[in-house]
Amino acid sequence: MEKNINITLRIWRQKGPKEKGAFKEYSLQNISTESSFLEMLDVLNEQLINNGEDPVVFDHDCREGICGMCSLYINGHPHGPDEDVTTCQLHMRKFNDGDVITVEPWRSAGFPVIRDLMVDRSAFDKIMQAGGYISVNTGGVPDANAIPIPKANADEAMDAATCIGCGACVAACKNGSAMLFVSAKVSQLALLPQGRIEAARRAKAMLSKMDELGFGNCTNTGACEAECPKNISITNIARLNREFIKAKLKD
Amino acid sequence: MWLLNSSIGKKVVMSLTGLFLILFLTFHMSMNLVAIFSAEGYNAVCEFLGANWYALAGTAVIAAGAVLHILFALWLTYINRRARGKDRYKVSERPKEVEWASQNMLVLGIIVVIGIALHLYQFWFKMQFNEITGILPEVNPHDGYALIAETLGNPIMAVIYLVWFAAIWFHLTHGFWSAIQTLGWNNKIWLSRWKCISNIYTTILCLGFAVVAIYFGFIA
Ligand code: HEM
Ligand code: SF4
Ligand code: FES
Repeated sequence: MEKNINITLRIWRQKGPKEKGAFKEYSLQNISTESSFLEMLDVLNEQLINNGEDPVVFDHDCREGICGMCSLYINGHPHGPDEDVTTCQLHMRKFNDGDVITVEPWRSAGFPVIRDLMVDRSAFDKIMQAGGYISVNTGGVPDANAIPIPKANADEAMDAATCIGCGACVAACKNGSAMLFVSAKVSQLALLPQGRIEAARRAKAMLSKMDELGFGNCTNTGACEAECPKNISITNIARLNREFIKAKLKD
Repeated sequence: MWLLNSSIGKKVVMSLTGLFLILFLTFHMSMNLVAIFSAEGYNAVCEFLGANWYALAGTAVIAAGAVLHILFALWLTYINRRARGKDRYKVSERPKEVEWASQNMLVLGIIVVIGIALHLYQFWFKMQFNEITGILPEVNPHDGYALIAETLGNPIMAVIYLVWFAAIWFHLTHGFWSAIQTLGWNNKIWLSRWKCISNIYTTILCLGFAVVAIYFGFIA
């Protein structure tokens, strides 16, 4: 049922990458529980602009849970307290009248803060560029059924491919490890015949890029899987370990 | 060398040394149980594993495994703290799916190290080391049974040992399946099975150790 609530926001404000940041409190009146979390932040920013203050900077794009741009560590959880949704799909009905809501940026050495709640996630692009693709010759489109693929593999590859690269796994991990992301990107190709050809090279290249960019070592706590908005399974991490170890033993 | 300079390689060292230590603990626990049933039997085991070449070689291998495990634990923890960055979250909640032990492996490991130091001083130093060096002529290195009865006969010491076993239990309920996962030997079906096997195996292992401490501390 729709109603309006009053809330207090405790938001991390930081002018630039090198600047020192701090929390700042804002109170908001009459927020509709029908609105999304980002719409609520839009209301706040409108007020700030009208008062001549700097709006809060945060990442967003599609606002429908598919692009992976939104982030935010809300009340101790990446993408907020709701299960299996991104911040843009989080609604104010998950909060109560009088709540204090703490909003922080992803905190990880691999994702430095750019400003306020916006962090630099280009490390993920670099990991993808290291091997998260298949090399194909251009030409006619091959017939879709020319290569048979077992249903179970196709399903698991599709599940892995739902990773939107948001970085919540890194934000949730006490080790700042990007293993869930990297393993999803390795798995979505390693499970399919088209991706098998370069599988060994890919696992090695993407993992060493991840290490080089300063992400941590996985200790299998499973916080990534619990907080991932797309429910990516840590069994993908086992697959990445397997691919990597096999590739190294063969070398 | 990939075991040293890749994150998965370092984890493989953690995993293999950890599994090796679990195997060692399994033998150790089985031998301890003998002490409940027969003093002569236990002392026969002590004699067999005294200061001969194979017992010394075994000891060296176990020590190397333990040292590697601890060094890699410190190294990995250092890298992980650096990767986490300087700024900590103000509000952070542990999701209910995350085991407490999994986030406190170093702390648990440090408790285990303290226990090992105490234990080596109370037993290994007075038995194998004493047998080689003769440093403590008043202690008979072959009468392990008397040493247990004397050391664990003190209920406070028995309780300290029980705390030590509890730390090992927490460490291994996570460590066992984690080691398997690190080796890549896991999938959607086996994930929950390995976790279950970890819990059962670790509980049997630690109960085996605990029974001996309780027997000598409070019953015998
Ligand atoms: C009784 C002796 C011990 C046994 C049987 C044991 C066993 C294990 C196992 C099986 C793992 C999992 C490896 C993996 O995740 O791949 C592990 C992880 C770990 N152990 Fe131990 N351990 C012992 C003692 C210690 C000690 C003395 C320390 C530290 C001072 C320690 C620190 C750690 C840490 C920090 C981890 C997590 C590291 C990671 O997963 O990357 N352990 N241990
Ligand atoms: S694995 Fe999940 S949390 Fe990590 S980047 Fe992909 S979608 Fe986001
Ligand atoms: S804004 Fe695109 S996923 Fe949230």
